[in-house]
Parts: sequence; structure tokens; C-alpha cells
Amino acid sequence: MIPINYYIVLSAILFTIGVTGVLTRRNALIIFMSIELMLNSSNLAIVAFSSAIKSFSGQIFVFFVIAVAAAEVAVGLALIVEIFKSKHSIDVDQISSLKG
Amino acid sequence: MSLDLILFLLLALAAIATALGMLFSRNAVYSALFLVLNFATVAVFYLLLGAPFIAMAQITVYAGAIMVLFLFVIMLLGADALPKTEVLPWQRPLAIFLAALLAVEATFLLVTKARPEGNVLQPEATINTMDNLRQLGLALFNQYLLPFEVTSILLLVAMVGAITLTHKEKGAKKS
Repeated sequence: MIPINYYIVLSAILFTIGVTGVLTRRNALIIFMSIELMLNSSNLAIVAFSSAIKSFSGQIFVFFVIAVAAAEVAVGLALIVEIFKSKHSIDVDQISSLKG
Repeated sequence: MSLDLILFLLLALAAIATALGMLFSRNAVYSALFLVLNFATVAVFYLLLGAPFIAMAQITVYAGAIMVLFLFVIMLLGADALPKTEVLPWQRPLAIFLAALLAVEATFLLVTKARPEGNVLQPEATINTMDNLRQLGLALFNQYLLPFEVTSILLLVAMVGAITLTHKEKGAKKS
């Protein structure tokens, strides 16, 4: 029997690594991957909770989260390709056209 | 120390190591491959938690479709080895410190406030795959039918959006 706290701590660590990636990296693709890592760690916490309360609702919620993440990746990568076409760079520091 | 716990600790070590590898790789292709490995270990966690359907969806959708799309874009842009850009000197230590703070806080709050009673299920008690699939399908198509349909519309909209963003009009002369 594994206490649920272990899963929660693991999920928090993975989420924090994702946050660090978003804060420190400048490559838009790596930032996007870090966001996927954060979504994934929250999924892990949801499945752990749903297993602890012996309910299926958590698993269904994670199923929806995976579908939404797929949609998000499709649109996000299309945006990154467009930005690369116009700026010839995916460094997020270069994308400052909207700065006032 | 039971076998379950040893398995959990080894897998957790693998998950954290691959996530750190994703974070610190200079090459975007290596980052993507590390992330695939991380998704695979999380899928094994789902199996341990008695969610075989989610584990398989994780492998096919995340490690299969999404990461292949990432690798495709990395290769397409030729952005696999970006030059190092200088960041502000105080930015990285501050980010790491704030992230550590977030980890401590999130762990504390989740453990103390949001904690349901008891342990997670034994794997062998719930690993009956067909039973899990049947119950999941019944709940999905009875109780959660409307969200399911809304998800399909969302995927359609995402597909149309991606095509619209990358489609070039014939005869349109814009840069």
C-alpha cells in the first residue's frame, strides 16, 4: 500500500519542474513542453485522488484533460510555426512587438 | 520496505530525472525525447493506480501523437540547436528559488488540506482491465455524454484553427 501523500509530493515536484522550465527557458518549444509537463503532473494528482476515494470521475476528468491538451498543442504549434515564419526565431525575448 | 514502495520510488526517481533532463537539455530534440520517457513513466503510475485505460490513452495521445507533433515542428523549424541567449543575471536564481517555494507550498497544502482518507488502491484489486473499461465507458456515455460531445467540437475547432493559421491564400501576396 502506497500512501497517497507520496503521489501528491511527486506530482508537486513534477509541477515545480514545469514551472521552472517556463520561467527560465527562452525557447518557445521548451516552454510549451514544460506546460505539457505541468498538465501531466496535475493529471497524476487527479488520478491518485480518484483512486483514493474509489471513484471513476477523476479518470474521466483526466480523459477530458488529455483531449483538451491535444487541441491546445495543435493550435499552439501552429502559432509557433507562424511566429517562426515572420520572425525567423522562436526565442520568446524576440517576440516583443506588442510591448508598448 | 515492501515491493510496491520500492517500485514506486524507482519510478518516481525516473520521472523526476527525465523531467530534469527535459529542463536542462540544450538540444530541443533531446528535451522532447526526455519528455516522452517522462510520459511513459507517468503511464506506469496510472497502471499502478488502477487506471489502465488512462495509461493507454497517455501512451497513445501524449507520447504518441503530441510528442510526434512536437518533434515534427522541431525538425521543421530546424530549431534543434538554438544559440545560447543571455538571460538577465538575476532571473535564473530567482526563478529557481520561487519554484522551490512553490514546491514546498503546494506539497504542504495538498498534503494537509486536500487529503482524502486512506491509501491508494492495491494494483491487483483494480487491474481487471475489462471491468475498468466497461465502467469507464458506461459513465462516459451516460453521465458525461454532453462534455464528451463538447470535447469533439473543441477538437474540430482546434483542427480548423490550426489549418487556418498555417494555410496560405492562393494569390495573396503577403510577405
